[in-house]
Amino acid sequence: MKILVTVKQVAALDDEFEMRDDGRDVDEDFFEKDLNEFDHFSVEEALLIKEAAGDDTEVVIVTIGDEDADDALRTALAKGADRGIRVWDDSLAEADGIAIAKVLAKVVEREKPDMVFTGAQSADFGSAVTGMALAGILGWPHAAVVVNLEYSPGSNTATLRRELEGGLEEIMTIRCPAVLSIQLGINEPRYASLRGIKQAKQKQVDELSLDDLGLGSDGAAAASRVRRMYAPEKGQAELITGSAAEQAARLADIIKELRGM
Amino acid sequence: MADLIAVAEQRDGEMRATSLETIAALKSIKQDGDRLSVAVVAADPQALAAGVSVEGVDEVIAVKATDDFQPDLMEAVISELVKERNPSVVAVAHGVDAWSFAPAAAAKLGCGLATDVMGLKIEDGELVATRAGYAEKVHVEMDFPGKDTVLLTVRTNVFEPASGTTSPEVTEMAAPQVDVATTHEGWKPPADAGGIDIGGAEFILSIGRGVGDEANVEQYLELAESMGATLGCSRPIADNGWLPKARQVGQSGQLAANCKLYIAMGVSGSVQHQWGMKHVDNIVAVNSDPEASIFSIARYGIVGDMFEIAEELENHF
Repeated sequence: MKILVTVKQVAALDDEFEMRDDGRDVDEDFFEKDLNEFDHFSVEEALLIKEAAGDDTEVVIVTIGDEDADDALRTALAKGADRGIRVWDDSLAEADGIAIAKVLAKVVEREKPDMVFTGAQSADFGSAVTGMALAGILGWPHAAVVVNLEYSPGSNTATLRRELEGGLEEIMTIRCPAVLSIQLGINEPRYASLRGIKQAKQKQVDELSLDDLGLGSDGAAAASRVRRMYAPEKGQAELITGSAAEQAARLADIIKELRGM
Repeated sequence: MADLIAVAEQRDGEMRATSLETIAALKSIKQDGDRLSVAVVAADPQALAAGVSVEGVDEVIAVKATDDFQPDLMEAVISELVKERNPSVVAVAHGVDAWSFAPAAAAKLGCGLATDVMGLKIEDGELVATRAGYAEKVHVEMDFPGKDTVLLTVRTNVFEPASGTTSPEVTEMAAPQVDVATTHEGWKPPADAGGIDIGGAEFILSIGRGVGDEANVEQYLELAESMGATLGCSRPIADNGWLPKARQVGQSGQLAANCKLYIAMGVSGSVQHQWGMKHVDNIVAVNSDPEASIFSIARYGIVGDMFEIAEELENHF
């Protein structure tokens, strides 16, 4: 039995940042990279299922990215995942979620997992595309924004709750194998132990190219193109300056005025 | 001459207001001679047609199927609409339902795709969609070279809902036969609010990740009480169990529908949180990160330590 978890090394921006010369992305000097927050929850969910089922369930982590993305893989491996796969080709530098999903579909065909988990979205662009596009390409059952899951490896169905707007949740059953996108709060992600971090260094990570997956560089075409990226005009917020005492005094005045106190 | 198709969002047989925003998004790029159609997939689509028969809509496409949400069905409907009509744009609200089916439909069709779109324009005859990136700190303009059809999911609470009434032609479309992999089993309503009423509160003090630790929450409950505010929070605080879900402001929590004054302390201002509060007239943002996106929607901003400000504020109430 095998659960495949797709993860992404995402970029957060420094307090101050500049655009790249071509104006189509932020200059990468201003990136702080880390494992996507949502992926902590999808990795945890896979590990919980593995632990409940016993050791014969394998948790495989896959990421699409250059060497920088190794950190994301090792973070997941340090938590207890069994092995990792990293796919990269320079032609993927401008890949969108659809293009990434095409690559992941080849990884799924190769690994034949019983279940695929993705994060509900990425913390950088929040497109919420990759996981469900992957399901579309594979023709697999799928559900997005899962906040509760009952599944044992090898089952033909799972029961889940998807989180809708306003705190409402829908209970549904789904045929497996499936692709599920996992929402924040479904579990309490563990931190890696020192022992886990040490062990992760010894775990197998396969590095694959698009050729290895039988995809030419045109096999992962995107569904969109970034024309331009820019910092939006600042809001009209009136900045309250001074010491904390002065700032708080001004804020208290604003509150009292608006509340008629 | 282009076909623009909005796919309405219904839940359990009720039309959702987001559908009118999707229609408005398409109206923003509708040109002379274009045809705007709205597809309604439901057990009784004719009954829901009136809810989307607003100005600018030329046709309602009634697809008699089920009120249950089935991603496979929605993908098949979109696929058939695209194959039969070759529309230039198909749009749907960027709600949780669309998250399940829009990317899958686009991947299968090979059409263009942009999600969470908050602006649209036609430039030199080409569709350009704007969305946000890097936690709302940048805007991104996207185009779709070589794509005859583009599927869009439209950010909610951005486009002013389309209004007015009209009598569009109603066309029936047979529901495609699909092998459905999901079964609706029931609903789990939100937990009892225990008297907490974010929706009714006029004055909300909200705390976010910046609060740092559960032990720090109590002082903000006390501060809120002394100021006569209702304490709200962002998602991580509720997910951690530090405050009940009923206090969570945002798309998966509560809408601060009646709020007049909203003080956000240590809240970065994710799009999901903003959904629940950005309409408030008086927003005060207190955050140590001057680039936090909450400042972009605030009327007043304090760049500083939320604990220092809170302690000083206590002296005034």
